[in-house]
Amino acid sequence: MSFAWATPYEPKSDLSRWFDDRLPLPRLVHGAIGGGYPVPRNLNYAWNFGVLAGIFLTIQIVTGIVLAMHYFASADGAFNSVEHIMRDVNGGWMLRYAHANGASFFFIVVYIHIFRGLFYGSYKAPRELIWMLGLVIYLLMMATAFMGYVLPWGQMSYWGAQVITGFFSAIPLVGDPIRIWLLGGFVPDQAALTRFFSLHYLMPFVIAGVVILHIWSLHIPGSSNPTGVDVKTEKDTLPFHPFYTAKDGWFVGMFLTLYCAVLFFAPNALGHPDNYIPANPLSTPAHIVPEWYFLPFYAILKAFTVDFIVPAKLWGVVAMFASILLLFFLSWLDRSPVRSGHYRPVFKRFYWLLVADVFVLGWAGGSAATPMVVAISQIATAYYFAHFLIILPLISKFERPLPLPSSITASVLHGEQEESAPYGLAKSAPAAAE
Amino acid sequence: MIRKIGPIVGLGFVLVLLLSLYSGLSAYFQAPPEATAEEGFHLYPKELHLASNGPLGHFDRQQLQRGFQVYKEVCAACHGLTLVSFRDLAALGYEEPEIKAIANQWATEVPSVNPDTGEAATRKAVPSDRFPSPYANETAARAANNNAYPPDLSLITKAREDGSAYTHSLLTGYANPDTYRNKDGKALPASSKPAQGLYFNPYFANLNIAMPPPIVADGQVTYADGTAPTVEQMSTDVSAFLTWTAEPKLENRHRWGLTVLIFLIFATILGYLSYRNIWAAAKRKVAPIGPLDPANMARREDAKDEAGIVG
Repeated sequence: MSFAWATPYEPKSDLSRWFDDRLPLPRLVHGAIGGGYPVPRNLNYAWNFGVLAGIFLTIQIVTGIVLAMHYFASADGAFNSVEHIMRDVNGGWMLRYAHANGASFFFIVVYIHIFRGLFYGSYKAPRELIWMLGLVIYLLMMATAFMGYVLPWGQMSYWGAQVITGFFSAIPLVGDPIRIWLLGGFVPDQAALTRFFSLHYLMPFVIAGVVILHIWSLHIPGSSNPTGVDVKTEKDTLPFHPFYTAKDGWFVGMFLTLYCAVLFFAPNALGHPDNYIPANPLSTPAHIVPEWYFLPFYAILKAFTVDFIVPAKLWGVVAMFASILLLFFLSWLDRSPVRSGHYRPVFKRFYWLLVADVFVLGWAGGSAATPMVVAISQIATAYYFAHFLIILPLISKFERPLPLPSSITASVLHGEQEESAPYGLAKSAPAAAE
Repeated sequence: MIRKIGPIVGLGFVLVLLLSLYSGLSAYFQAPPEATAEEGFHLYPKELHLASNGPLGHFDRQQLQRGFQVYKEVCAACHGLTLVSFRDLAALGYEEPEIKAIANQWATEVPSVNPDTGEAATRKAVPSDRFPSPYANETAARAANNNAYPPDLSLITKAREDGSAYTHSLLTGYANPDTYRNKDGKALPASSKPAQGLYFNPYFANLNIAMPPPIVADGQVTYADGTAPTVEQMSTDVSAFLTWTAEPKLENRHRWGLTVLIFLIFATILGYLSYRNIWAAAKRKVAPIGPLDPANMARREDAKDEAGIVG
């Protein structure tokens, strides 16, 4: 698809030729993740997380479908049906822990994937649409994860649903009617639970659809790489299979080992104990917190405490949505033609500051809102917006990037000529190495 | 366009945040919040070592049976265990006749219907029944307990931070509010002293709990296996039992986990070796040229053969 030297699919047997003539599905796979997709030869391990995200989406869909066979979306029975899965369904505890921790690991993988894109300028031309489709996937993931967390109908499920649907009531004038319409009632109850379950089952397939678009748009320019330099010749690339299937293969094994270590030995470490208490509309938990992967956004939401023109709550909600929406405009905010952070000394510093900032936001989002925590979250939120909306445009204007390598090959195979010619013949025979 | 609007939006957010920061900090410094009694007196749970702790933990069945006895004789008067069935006791090492007897003799009967009149009734429990709640409903429970609602204990060790350590600390943590001194040597302020019907317990979040001390004296239960029933021992045993009720498949999970990890680590090592193998040529493609070029070396060998040179 992407480069002229991509090897076309060649059927190896009569059967595959027969098949290829009628439905070229093996050809599609060959071009997408097989030997027909040339990939820059210098990808580092940050590039393994796209495949991993696909693996975790699959784990979530498979475990989710089986869980849905035993789960019962009823305000009276949901909590007990989850416990029925944990106690009486064969291997049910494994399915549920795999699904709950699978969500956490899906987010870990996707966060690394997003931050890899931020560092290596994967949002820049010609990959803007890949980036935006990725953000759409991320937004869909957030909605899916939120609705999934409501399904066990524990205390945090219930009160999380209260808080999140409460965002809509911040909209002036029409806010409350919209919230009631979304919930199907004045508070989360049977109507809300049933529709959340329905949507939670639907959304992963929507995600899978957008993932296909994401990968399709990726295969037009091809994968970016740590130097950010465009692929120039065939020497710059390796076929996806067997090189990157092998690299992804062992790395997926390692990451699944990590996932299973948590799944089997600390399955509740990433959850909240309050969600083992059945939902009780009359008793508010002392600290309502979302799942860990939403904590930075929760900190942004809570950072706005002053009614300036509009109520503080509306500021918080707008800022929280803006914190993700602004990422759609990244390729226009950061106009530096250099993609990779390796060659951008000023950008690189601020990038790591942003990473630290997001961790601080996550910590602040999970802590009780004491005045000091709130103050820290306000400074961190201010930096988050300043980073993307003020600092990045300024850096791209004033920064002097370091010189780029002439090609991907030059950056990885430096000194090849000298090394291969022990008698000093290399310089006299420059093209002989080909 | 975006480059013009972006910084304006950014400055807007930063401005409102600085306003928020200023108002928050000025409020804080004008009237710093006073430390609450909870901050000075609330304790984190004591350490508790159970056989089920840790990645390879397993249940001590003898201890679970003792814990079950404590639950039956002490806790069950007020707390239900409605997610656990009598039949589940088989996992504790009870035989089927024993389980039948336990269910049959359970102090609370299970709700039923009179087969002759259709009126609400109760009947003796059978192994397939869940442990019945001691109260008909929440209202009845509150009416009997000074308006406090004794929570169901099935999941209690997963529904509290630090689980079994917490229940153990709570059960053994009751103290006299008049003589209690915290780690700084301070006495409990009058405003935090327990009201009528409440009991001081520094391990409880707001220091005053509605549950009277349940385990009060050594020898409150008589263990069949001869273990000395000290307060500490009974509390540890019942905490172990409640770990089991919350996570009955814990041993299964640990066993599976070990198998899965061994398999995955083995597969990962194989995967890594094949990755190294596949990439060996691509990583550093050092092409021999000049005299080391295989074609030239072959030509040299041919020339040597032709000239009859050996070695």
